[in-house]
Amino acid sequence: MLCIVKPVSIAPALLGLLQTGPRHGYDLKRAYDERFGHDRPLAYGQVYATMARLLKNGLVEVEMEPGDGPDRKRYAITDAGVSDVEQWLSRAEKPEPYLQSTLYTKVVLALLTGHDPADVLDTQRAEHLRLMRELTRRKTEGDLADQLVCDHALFHLEADLRWLELTAARLDQLAASVHA
Amino acid sequence: MTTAPTATGPLLQPSGPLLVARDLHVAFGPTTALASASLEVHGGEVLALMGPSGSGKSTLLHCLAGILRPDSGTVTFDGRDVTAMSDAERSALRRSEFGFVFQFGQLVPELTCAENVALPLRLAGVTRRDAHRTAREWLDRLEVPDIADKRPGQVSGGQGQRAAVARALITRPRVVFADEPTGALDSLNGERVMQLFVAAAKDTGAAVVLVTHEARVAAYSDREAVVRDGLVREQVPA
Repeated sequence: MLCIVKPVSIAPALLGLLQTGPRHGYDLKRAYDERFGHDRPLAYGQVYATMARLLKNGLVEVEMEPGDGPDRKRYAITDAGVSDVEQWLSRAEKPEPYLQSTLYTKVVLALLTGHDPADVLDTQRAEHLRLMRELTRRKTEGDLADQLVCDHALFHLEADLRWLELTAARLDQLAASVHA
Repeated sequence: MTTAPTATGPLLQPSGPLLVARDLHVAFGPTTALASASLEVHGGEVLALMGPSGSGKSTLLHCLAGILRPDSGTVTFDGRDVTAMSDAERSALRRSEFGFVFQFGQLVPELTCAENVALPLRLAGVTRRDAHRTAREWLDRLEVPDIADKRPGQVSGGQGQRAAVARALITRPRVVFADEPTGALDSLNGERVMQLFVAAAKDTGAAVVLVTHEARVAAYSDREAVVRDGLVREQVPA
């Protein structure tokens, strides 16, 4: 699979997956790889390091299961974790290249956790347009060099916005495939 | 005799929303175009109506402009209920308070560009001489003085759209409705038309309701409202 994406923020993605139910570290890795890993599966070390940090911050709690297996820890999201996911979903991302992997993760997790994915897309559209307005203003007031530099950025932001529109139009289809 | 307004100088705008749509429902046969759409337009602002094809954004614009009467819901302009007006009253309101720019200029092909631009003033009773002088001022301002004596068929798409913008603004309307005004232009011409259009509207104090599916065009607005499935998701003014 051709992949020109930057890795998504792992912590909120894992936390969002935990909101659908408690999981062992191994299950969590597998769920992440299936949904968001593309050609970059998570290393176990990343999962456990992230879980340790989330545990320290009180966003997850751990249940130890009896037995000697290597994976006896079962992670569950706390109330603080749930509100952390909610805040992450409702916050616009800073417009930058190859943002789609993070936005895709947000949309899927919004569907999985009962949030409105259209809100995620609308929040992001507003943020993109805010930046586009700023660039347009700068371009209108600037010289030719400013115009060319701003135009480059504007065309890229416009491409992102087209992706947001297309995704908004495919939400029903995506919801069906996520819940399948 | 009516005096021709000049091409420069702002109008004072009242505070509060100038144009308000509440719970608009419109259906075309079995197809619902607007389902409880509400929106406010403030004096002097440029509002972009965005949304995918078929989302209802043009239908909303037509309701706001008094072109289409909704099946239910109200549109008020400056406190007056547009939806309760007779056809003649709405027609008079459109001529006196509103301006229109469409995707394809819709200039009268038999008239010169200056005559096209002057037309709304002539309909308002301004003398031919005054109307034509003001029309030429507007064409100057939109950087196309050379097209004054040419017919629409003899000018480029970008030049024709500038004449259409001049015609929309010449009566100094309170609101200009623009439906994909740069949809038929290339990037460079589209940009220049938007720059001149928005600057001129701001100068005259006109609010602009801009229907577009292009983000780079919407970036000339002060805020956007997104129409999807006949509903409006509105960004509140900053």
